[in-house]
Amino acid sequence: MQIDRRLISHFDWPLFLLCLALVAVSVMTIYSANFDLNTGHAGALPARQITWFGLGLIAMFVAISFDYHYIDRLAYPFYGMMLVLLILVMVIGHSGGGSQRWINLGFFRLQPSEPAKLAIVLVMAKYFQPDESARGYYLRDLWVPFLIVAPLVVLTLVQPDLGTAIILGIVFMSMILMGGLRIRSFACLVGTGLAFLPVFWHFLRPYQQNRILTFLDPNRDPLGAGYHVIQSQIAIGSGRVFGKGFLHGTQNRLDFLPAQHTDFIFAVFSEEWGFLGCAVLLLLYLILIAYCIRLVQRAKDRFGALLVFGMVAIIFWHVVINVAMVSGLMPVVGVPLPMVSYGGSALASLMFAVGVIMNVSMRRYVF
Amino acid sequence: MSTVAQINKQDGAPELRRRARLLYVILAVAFLGLVSRLAFLQIVAGERYTFLSENNRVRIKRVAGTRGMIFDRRGQLLVDSRPSFDLIFVPEDSSDPQDTLRLLARYLNRDEKELLKIFEEGKSRAAFDEMVLGRDVEWSEVVAVETHQLDLPGVTLRVRPRRSYTDGPMAAHVLGYLGEINQRQLKTLKERGYVVGDEIGQYGLERRWEELLRGQSGGQQVEVDALGRRMRVLHEVSDVPGYTVHLTLDRELQATAYEALKGKEGTLVAIDVSSGAILALASTPAFDPNIFARGIKSEEWNGLIKDQLRPLSNRATQGQYPPGSTFKIIMAIAGLEEGVVQPESYIQDPGFFFFGNRQFRDWKKGGHGAVNLHKAIVESCDTYFYQLGPKLGVDRIAKWARAFGLGQKTGIALDDEKSGTIPDTEWKRKRYRQPWFPGETVSVAIGQGYVTVTPLQLANMMAAVANGGKLYRPYLVSKVESLDGATVREYGPELIRTIEMKPDTINRVQRALADVVQGPGGTGGAARSSMVQIAGKTGTAQVIEMKGGYVKTEHLSYFSRDHAWFVSFAPVEKPQIAIAVLVEHGGHGGEAAAPMAKKVFEKFMELQKPATQNQQVRADGDTRAN
Repeated sequence: MQIDRRLISHFDWPLFLLCLALVAVSVMTIYSANFDLNTGHAGALPARQITWFGLGLIAMFVAISFDYHYIDRLAYPFYGMMLVLLILVMVIGHSGGGSQRWINLGFFRLQPSEPAKLAIVLVMAKYFQPDESARGYYLRDLWVPFLIVAPLVVLTLVQPDLGTAIILGIVFMSMILMGGLRIRSFACLVGTGLAFLPVFWHFLRPYQQNRILTFLDPNRDPLGAGYHVIQSQIAIGSGRVFGKGFLHGTQNRLDFLPAQHTDFIFAVFSEEWGFLGCAVLLLLYLILIAYCIRLVQRAKDRFGALLVFGMVAIIFWHVVINVAMVSGLMPVVGVPLPMVSYGGSALASLMFAVGVIMNVSMRRYVF
Repeated sequence: MSTVAQINKQDGAPELRRRARLLYVILAVAFLGLVSRLAFLQIVAGERYTFLSENNRVRIKRVAGTRGMIFDRRGQLLVDSRPSFDLIFVPEDSSDPQDTLRLLARYLNRDEKELLKIFEEGKSRAAFDEMVLGRDVEWSEVVAVETHQLDLPGVTLRVRPRRSYTDGPMAAHVLGYLGEINQRQLKTLKERGYVVGDEIGQYGLERRWEELLRGQSGGQQVEVDALGRRMRVLHEVSDVPGYTVHLTLDRELQATAYEALKGKEGTLVAIDVSSGAILALASTPAFDPNIFARGIKSEEWNGLIKDQLRPLSNRATQGQYPPGSTFKIIMAIAGLEEGVVQPESYIQDPGFFFFGNRQFRDWKKGGHGAVNLHKAIVESCDTYFYQLGPKLGVDRIAKWARAFGLGQKTGIALDDEKSGTIPDTEWKRKRYRQPWFPGETVSVAIGQGYVTVTPLQLANMMAAVANGGKLYRPYLVSKVESLDGATVREYGPELIRTIEMKPDTINRVQRALADVVQGPGGTGGAARSSMVQIAGKTGTAQVIEMKGGYVKTEHLSYFSRDHAWFVSFAPVEKPQIAIAVLVEHGGHGGEAAAPMAKKVFEKFMELQKPATQNQQVRADGDTRAN
């Protein structure tokens, strides 16, 4: 493959360095979350996350290497592959923590719902690529996108993985809004969605219903889900302004926190680095996202802009939902903190996403 | 504005650019929200949370829901839960845990090494989790801990309902026992709220009906101080007791059955012939489920699983034995229904039967003389059925055996039921990749060879013979109730199939079975009762093949002695109850097993009587009132 020289000189260093910083935070916090005071070891997970970062780098460079206009052709095959993988999970999947989300590939386990998030962006960017009409889209114009996305959402819901299904839905909404759905139609959609909430509720597992009810009324399950939320808030709050210091978080040490190196990693980080640390971490995300919105504005064409927008929407919603959940602003749903939570499939997918953004960024100068 | 848009048109998407401006606003608002929340938690409320994380700890005290009671068919209590005390230790609450435990050992007169060992083993648990030092501790120990509470930081007592089995081992295999939830169960059941240390049904009805018996645990979220003292209750959830389960079992009959079997290895199953309700199901040797409730010691557990006599096995549902001569009932029915047997024609029995050049001996030296079907059943003549076997062929025999539920799981609600084997040509081909040899049919005809059944299957077969061909699924639970008496579930007879037979067939077989017990020369004379007319069939299941001459049971070593069967129903005129008895290594069925069945039949009749007398009294009272 020949790579245009101009591309190398246009390599998006700011974006790359931002990712590097987040991964550094990730490895450090995973190390702390698994650090055992008695043995002085942190187990295999930090090293494994670094390995995943290596694989993520490859994914990123693959995403950069070809002109993003090829994605136009790859979108549907990629989408099809995700569909097959999600069905495979159902058939031969590996269960963990009560749900079936992984496919065992021998040396590692793949969680296909992570790359499925990317598939939505690729397919929607392709769909909305042509110029929109001046009047915008009505809901009836968009039955095809709905039909495309529904199977992915349903397949993740039955795993059951409520968090990912919500992300898929919300990213899809973001895409059609950006693509030109009329605000009034959108309001209509949200209204209908609310009306169907009771039906949806019926399909949730008891533990998921429990979590939502617990959020609405924390007194409801103070011994189970409510306990986790309270412990997580104690962890964050007790970090105060400057934090307890690296490896000194007691909530984490004493196993008070659930899923401390995955979904609740932000609580571990907050306890040790305090408000200042949190502010810096959130600032990193803020810069990353704002930088990408700027790229949306400066992209060469509509397709590129939509790609960048979709990828950054994924990152944005993950950050907002995860931090809100861990700090008690939202019910507990399984959504990881992007680039920081432990999880290989998620990290590699996100780095691929950043690769796509870089691809658009680098090629905006090339005609 | 329009000119700008036109310029942009060549290198981008103007609509997207416009919307992107809005994105900055959304981004700013969202992040401002998050930062405000963090500022609130970490700066405004930071002090309180620091306090909570350092000095005060939020703990969870769980209270398991009281497990449901189990009653027999007459409302007599079989299983209950009573309060007991567990000795709990939270090492984090003590400045010097080992010192505290040494002191505790002194107060309790216990070996301190034992306590320290539990402490070491429990180190891997999550911080502030409770460590159980002893379950159901004695009252004197409860008092000792209460008195010295102040010297023993971190040591507490927890009230816990303990399972209590009124009659100990009597119905152990039906009721089952509880045990601590294991890792594998925990993995799958976590979602339903089980946690480490929970008790869960591990055997019998306790296991199969776990979901309904269990109830829901409640508990408190409490704030405790640095010494583990409770400061205030933050939240409380009350526990929900489990459902009450009513069995079809009759405690009196069960006791009679168990007493009769005690000291032997065997089993007795009694079934209501009109519904399939199990009235008694005893298996010996048994175990005492109460030792599981108080926490079984490892020596006791090893003793149970290594015992050669297998006390943990439910012989009624898991024991697979050759049915021996009891199988002749199936042979007779098959012969009559298939038209192979002329009931009144006689054959001559010289005491042996030649098939090809192989000789099959009758159990009676010298033979039974002239034998028709009736006499063949009454005297259990082997030769008669030897010659019938090849005439029917193994496939037709298998068809009828299976019609009566033999060789298949009955589907009773107890785990790990075995199916037994009813062989046919197809089975042999699959299993051994060999054709069926006609000579093998001769052994099958007297319930030997490849044929095996469970005692429960034979009891159920007898129920169907007694009621004229209705095969019911045996069941144990009749009703499940909530604590306030509302019916949650109800179970009744479930008909598996009606076996189509000529009335003549069933009459002949029933009459012959009656004469086995009542008639002259019948092999079941030992079951003859003055209280009730009993019909039955004896059987002797060979454990090892006899070579050479006839050997008396007494001359055989214990484990090579034959198993004794007696399958039966009563009363003959209007059958109500069917019983199968198996005594392992009991020798002849007539001697060892039949008297046990008789005892249970008599008890059954005795239990019927007062009920009718009461009714009479009531009826008399009514007349007087009129």
